[in-house]
Amino acid sequence: MNMLLTYLLCAVSLGMTFLYGSTGEIITEKVGHLNLGTPGVMCVGGMCGCFAIDIFRDMLPPVLLVTVAILACFLGGSLMGLIYSFLTVSLHTNQNVTGLAMTIFGAGLSKYGMYNLTKELLDGGATGSEAQTSFLDATKYFRYPFANNEKLQYCGVMFFLAILIALVAAWILKRTRLGLHLRAVGENPATADAMGINVTAYKYGATCIGCGIAALGGLYYAMDYAGTAGAYKDIEALGWLSIALVIFALWRPQLSIIGSTLFGLLYVASAYLPTLFGWKLPQHATYLFEMLPYVVTILVLIVTSLRKKRENQPPASLGLSYFREER
Amino acid sequence: MHNPDKKTREPLFHIVKRDRISLRKSLLIRVVATVSAMLLCTLLAYVLIGEKATPAKFLSQFFQGVFGTSRRTWIFGRDTAMLLCLALAITPAFRMRFWNLGADGQALIGALASVFCMFFLGGRIPNGLLLVISLAASVVAGAVWALLPAIFKALWGTNESLFTLMMNYIATNLVMFSITKWFYPGKDSMKEMEHGHLPQVLNEYLLVILIVLALTTLMFIYLYHTKQGYEISVVGESENTARYVGINVGKVTVRTLLLSGAICGLMGFLQVSAFDHSVTAQSIGGLGFTAIMVSWLAKFNPFIMIGTAGLIAFLQRGGQQISTAFDVNDAIPNIFIGIILFFIIGCEFFINYQIKFRASQRSKGGSAK
Repeated sequence: MNMLLTYLLCAVSLGMTFLYGSTGEIITEKVGHLNLGTPGVMCVGGMCGCFAIDIFRDMLPPVLLVTVAILACFLGGSLMGLIYSFLTVSLHTNQNVTGLAMTIFGAGLSKYGMYNLTKELLDGGATGSEAQTSFLDATKYFRYPFANNEKLQYCGVMFFLAILIALVAAWILKRTRLGLHLRAVGENPATADAMGINVTAYKYGATCIGCGIAALGGLYYAMDYAGTAGAYKDIEALGWLSIALVIFALWRPQLSIIGSTLFGLLYVASAYLPTLFGWKLPQHATYLFEMLPYVVTILVLIVTSLRKKRENQPPASLGLSYFREER
Repeated sequence: MHNPDKKTREPLFHIVKRDRISLRKSLLIRVVATVSAMLLCTLLAYVLIGEKATPAKFLSQFFQGVFGTSRRTWIFGRDTAMLLCLALAITPAFRMRFWNLGADGQALIGALASVFCMFFLGGRIPNGLLLVISLAASVVAGAVWALLPAIFKALWGTNESLFTLMMNYIATNLVMFSITKWFYPGKDSMKEMEHGHLPQVLNEYLLVILIVLALTTLMFIYLYHTKQGYEISVVGESENTARYVGINVGKVTVRTLLLSGAICGLMGFLQVSAFDHSVTAQSIGGLGFTAIMVSWLAKFNPFIMIGTAGLIAFLQRGGQQISTAFDVNDAIPNIFIGIILFFIIGCEFFINYQIKFRASQRSKGGSAK
């Protein structure tokens, strides 16, 4: 029973990585921009946050340190978003190609950056095999309210921030004028333009904020969940799953909370399920288990494509660039 | 200002779509973009690496890494050929606007199929027969890996880019599973196999390069001079038009993806039989994404792809040399490739559009990004 609880907690806390990524991606897709650069953005965000901690480690108290890291991460993600929106909105480039270039760039940059953090941060006072790679001290700061509670230590500040952001995003998109305009831009930019909505400003704004939120997922995974500099290797795969999650959540951040928990359950299944059921699995079988999230994602894609309900469709102008003088 | 009656303010510049652009001008824009990106990379290296990497040293190391010795030049040729092969594979799919992000997985599963044949049949049958069987297995495996997303796309319009992407990770895990189960239990990598080596012409690289060049020509003919190639273009331009003229869109999708996956499988076979003689989860190493760039930058024209594949391979080899020469992390090539891609993707704007200024109505073409 205790094992089951640990499994659930672990899955839910990993799920927050997906939640950040998919909430950011939903906001971006709502203005009609399919951002395949999200995995790269998440990588860069993680790196920026780690660097901020590295720089301010000795100067600031823990609370401020965490705040600064989150801000730096958001800023780094937004900068990537700015590059993306400059290319796709102002220069009308192909969104898929631009996004892929962002992912190549972001994954490379974060790998480079994570290797160049100072030794003190990496060592974190740990000894033995964990030395060199873990951020033990810094990770504790992120678990702030429950750091000493053995059961709830997975739920730190960024855990609650993820849920808060998802709920606020859902509310803004559904219930406010801002959200209405945002959705109008994504459904039909020409009509929105005729209504007097500043299409370019909305596209830039939503993409930058969306990328900033997605970036937090990278920091959350690197600093809180995994707590190692080697985390950059996994973030790209997590980013792709986050994009897939958007389809699963039908472009609604509130549903994404459930979806990300489910993805979390699948992603850590190979570590927990065998012990939970008392199976003795050889090493090679764990690789079959690790396929699970990807296989289920494919099934989800197929099932959602089978059920074609009108209210569950992507924004109508998703992936198309808007040039006012073209018709 | 000139006209006092005029109340509305004319913006500083406005953007007009070009009807056409001369080849010289479009080439010039691309060259300016590439060169300025390269300058930015030089500057970035100076900032990241520090004093050691002065621009002169940086550039000389960069070129040394690609053309320094004849062996390096051959490796550059090999990398170009492998990248080109994968780009050729995805091109028919992309001309049809089928976003196949799974070239990695399709090539990897092809490589795995080859290794299977060579591992279990090697030494028991003659080498020639073994190569033929491995080739067939790879091509079939790659085709099947691409066929699954294609069928669902054709039947229900399932999102193909994410489907193919997920297939990559499944392929990676299958490779790890096979290695730990059969090829080298308990380890992450396997030993080189003794059987199933592709015969060498002059050296291990030339034959592969020639095969890929032949494939380039065939692909050009297929895309531009056959009925099937024409059907692909029509489906890519407009699915409705295709339907009106009686093209079965679903059939074309499935057929094209079979071809696409088969060539990916072939690339996996070449990688195993000519160079690696083993397989790891990183055998293809993300080339599938770079191949998309190669194909897209060349406007899906196989012959221009030779150039774009060369450019990317040049950056990759040069970047690797930078990381060894200055003893920095091996992620450097990807950063450079990313920056150059941003510039080249961005410069398409100046090729497709024209900026007209308020006062002089001059046209502006250069200064990329």
